[in-house]
Amino acid sequence: MEAFFGYGFFQRALLAGLFVAIACAILGLFLILRRDAMIGHGLAHVTFGGVALGLFLNVLPLGAALVVAILASLAIMKLKEKAGLHGDTAIGIFSSVGMALGIALATLAGRFNADLLSYLFGDILAIDALEVGLSTVLAAVVVVVILANYRRLMYLTFDREAAKASGVKTAHLDVLLAVLTSVTVVLGMKVVGILLVTALLVIPAAAGLLLAASFKQALLFSSLVASVSVVFGLLAAFYLDLPASATVVLFSFLLFGAFYLLRRRSHP
Amino acid sequence: MNEARELIRVEGLSFQYDSIPVLEEVSFSIARGDFMAILGPNGSGKTTLVKLILGLFRPTRGRVLLMGKSVEDFKAWSKIGYVPQKATHIDPFFPASAREVVAMALTAGPPKPWRGKREEDEAVALALDRVGMAAFRNRPIGRLSGGQQQRVIIARAIVNAPELLFLDEPTAGVDAATQGLFYDMLHRLNEDQRITIVLVTHDIGIVNKHVTKVACLNQRLVFHGSHADFCQSEAFKTMLASGHLVSHIH
Repeated sequence: MEAFFGYGFFQRALLAGLFVAIACAILGLFLILRRDAMIGHGLAHVTFGGVALGLFLNVLPLGAALVVAILASLAIMKLKEKAGLHGDTAIGIFSSVGMALGIALATLAGRFNADLLSYLFGDILAIDALEVGLSTVLAAVVVVVILANYRRLMYLTFDREAAKASGVKTAHLDVLLAVLTSVTVVLGMKVVGILLVTALLVIPAAAGLLLAASFKQALLFSSLVASVSVVFGLLAAFYLDLPASATVVLFSFLLFGAFYLLRRRSHP
Repeated sequence: MNEARELIRVEGLSFQYDSIPVLEEVSFSIARGDFMAILGPNGSGKTTLVKLILGLFRPTRGRVLLMGKSVEDFKAWSKIGYVPQKATHIDPFFPASAREVVAMALTAGPPKPWRGKREEDEAVALALDRVGMAAFRNRPIGRLSGGQQQRVIIARAIVNAPELLFLDEPTAGVDAATQGLFYDMLHRLNEDQRITIVLVTHDIGIVNKHVTKVACLNQRLVFHGSHADFCQSEAFKTMLASGHLVSHIH
């Protein structure tokens, strides 16, 4: 096993994977409690359009995806506010438009190929040094920003009106969360792919919620599930010669199942 | 009225929601030390009035002064505690402990980086103790009864040692015995801690026992004055006769 940890590509995958998965888990906790768990799914589809745009314009796909995802998340938020649409409806509109845009652009560019497919399914073991650096730094920034604002975000999530009456700038925090979610989804895309990024946002956080008796515990347990899933998921990918995206997600679900059984025992 | 004694001044306040008038030309003031009830039937604009005072809604006309400052410019939110109407509808799966729920309000007002963790813990413990919930501090909020949750929400509202406390229908869904204890607790906060209390309710029974001032609302302010005067007023008789107000005589 030690041999794998010696490979440069494995170290890179592990580092980026851990940071991104923890960012996803912590952010996912807030999204779930805001009943906004599917925003990740929607933004991931929009991100597909962003990647295609990047390939079409011949710029860094990750950068193009970031810009498109941030714009889309803000648009979804505005549409909910101004048009009185339910969140899932706004997400439904944007995710399908993003996907359609992606298909059209990729076809126009004549590059509907392996490049784009790698974004759909993720390929963390093929991640290059620049992307590792970028992902790790951005994921670390997401974690630090959330932890620095954690009490305000918790207040906003628990009781928006009281938070506002306490002088919490709720509208600013909404924008902050939208931007952080976009960044995290784009990063998650590199780890598990567009189709599975919801798993990183939802499963570790949901597992953490099963056993947590406090918000701090929920943050801790979710991060723990995310980290263990990445480490064991990557190892399983090597041993079983499977895509890492699949094994990471399946491991997180195994842990979710274990947490569920533990909860059943403690709350019969 | 002496400026320093006046905590809230509402001047010619009107509010429309989707061009339907909710409040019209409401003017009154609340003095330091008051225990005021805002009374009125359903849909009379009580909750809207509180939200306008707290700056959660913007008035169509008129203005609100909080501690002498226009509500738009008011920054000292830690001096005001608020228990919203929907406090009884708490997400049972929210993972926060009672202590964490109370600590949420420590974010109120300007940042206080000098305040250490120990000081914060002490403030939270004191607030929970005041509402008789010290023993439940580590219990997740979802695993407390409705009445206990309500007390935690009140602890949150008083954790910053506010000068003014707003409570919007705080005993909705709480049994009569618990309600009695609850209002005794509010009475102590008003008497001993000198916290000015503004209570939104449609229960006249409570008004009888604890309240010193009454503002009676039905889109317009139909009465504003002392509790004794209210009981003699036309507004009181009309409301009682029309069955708009509930009366649990304690």
